[in-house]
Amino acid sequence: MALRSDLRVIAEHVKPGSRVLDIGCGDGDLMAVLSQEKQADARGIEIDPESVEHCVSRGLSAIQGDADHDLAEYPDDAFDYAILSQTLQTAERPDLMLDELLRVGREAFVSFPNFAHWQVRADLLFTGRMPVTNRLPVTWYETQNIHHLTVADFEDLLREKGVSTVNRWFFHREREIGHFAANWRAEYAVYQLSR
Amino acid sequence: MATALDTSPSLTLSNALPLDSGQVLENVQIAYQTYGTLAPEKDNAILLCHALTGDQHVANPHPITGKPGWWDRMVGPGKPIDTDRFFVICTNVIGSCMGSTGPASLAPDGEPYGMRFPVITIRDMVRAELALLDEFGIGRLHAVVGGSMGGMQALSLAANFPDRTARVLAIATTARHSAQNIAFHEVGRQAIMADPNWQDGAYYGTGKEPDSGLAVARMAAHITYLSEAGLTHKFGRRLQDRQAVGFGFDADFQVESYLRYQGLSFTSRFDANSYLYITRAMDYFDLAEEHGGRLANAFAKAQSRFCLISFDTDWLYTTSDARNVVHALNAVAAPVSFVELSAPYGHDSFLLDVPALDRVVEGFLG
Repeated sequence: MALRSDLRVIAEHVKPGSRVLDIGCGDGDLMAVLSQEKQADARGIEIDPESVEHCVSRGLSAIQGDADHDLAEYPDDAFDYAILSQTLQTAERPDLMLDELLRVGREAFVSFPNFAHWQVRADLLFTGRMPVTNRLPVTWYETQNIHHLTVADFEDLLREKGVSTVNRWFFHREREIGHFAANWRAEYAVYQLSR
Repeated sequence: MATALDTSPSLTLSNALPLDSGQVLENVQIAYQTYGTLAPEKDNAILLCHALTGDQHVANPHPITGKPGWWDRMVGPGKPIDTDRFFVICTNVIGSCMGSTGPASLAPDGEPYGMRFPVITIRDMVRAELALLDEFGIGRLHAVVGGSMGGMQALSLAANFPDRTARVLAIATTARHSAQNIAFHEVGRQAIMADPNWQDGAYYGTGKEPDSGLAVARMAAHITYLSEAGLTHKFGRRLQDRQAVGFGFDADFQVESYLRYQGLSFTSRFDANSYLYITRAMDYFDLAEEHGGRLANAFAKAQSRFCLISFDTDWLYTTSDARNVVHALNAVAAPVSFVELSAPYGHDSFLLDVPALDRVVEGFLG
């Protein structure tokens, strides 16, 4: 199945037979791949009822809910992995969300758009307006991204919280790039984290 | 009162049925309907559980009203609950009046039970259903499915008999009856018991039945099954067959006329004492209380996949009632899906044309 690059890299690094919680699971594409290719026990949380309906009608387990509040209902260590793709920047409190991810999951995958990508910087510098790019396609007044962050910001937060990085990947135009100057070059980033 | 007209197959349970009250029911008769064919491995059975005033006539014309079965749109060949693949079985719950043992049935002394019938619970209904499945040799169900009180049975089955079903689909339901739920039921019961024809429940064979009381009970309950927007859309303040209000107490408004019709027609197919007993069973329902006060404990041994569905306009069993169940299932890491569907019909949405419901039901049953 054709997955978005960040989801593909996550799917490749989930150990077979794991228990996975996909927060913001959308129509369940990642869960479907994890179930089929990794025999994972995948569960999803999704705020959009039509997407949940789509997941359930595909035979996937998904709960209509809100990641900001519903993660609290899960016990500690309920999952091997908690996955939060392209959603951290929409959380009420991304720092608390990160705590929750690593409470319910032994490890977490987090992907987010990098607000320090050179195109974003250039946009802001030269136009003086909030950037609208591939990865940030929505105007400032409509965007759900209420907490923009950069690779450097995220790594600061990980340090503050003492969270370990198991692995990290950076992408530009759906293609993986190296770690060199990632805070300039990466459109978005994927981190595999552990407590 | 309809028992005699019913042509459903029925079966007398081999064993006496122990009840939550401590009493035991002997010679329990269970009326049921089946659709589809039971596979040789007996692994394709779906138990459907009916609601308060429902019955086993899911997908065949009703023997009394002649109307299509209550879930005709959902159950049948090629339908979301596909009888080409699944063996669907629905029993009339004990305490009811469509052929299963209830207050209108004869007690061992040859007289109708009336109010001597023991108070039953949702779990007792489930025990009777499982006893019937035992008679069929069905061990583990493919799924148990129910809406409203049927959903309570589905949840009760999963909690109390966790090895008996692979899937649980509970629609427009709750794990406990709220004070408001109990209050509405009490209005209905008092209406029945205030009817002089009720005669302390011993009205059988007297030629007088508490139809007025039962009709009022049905009218009150029926309001809770509809949404305010639905009622407004359907009736508004429109008048019934007249140009102006009559300055009297006829059914001036269409909504009055509708409710009166619903109440009256209900009495032709339902026994007032059954209404008392079944509403009582629902009021007693509190799955958490049965399991040490914590709902998650009820599901600690659950071995099923769950799917909960609520409707945004259902104010009888609300989305938050469904979410309570979902949270309890999450707390024990049970595989659960949940979706709140948008439909204008209030609680009754689960019986009506909601295409998204069809898709979720079909997808979940696999």
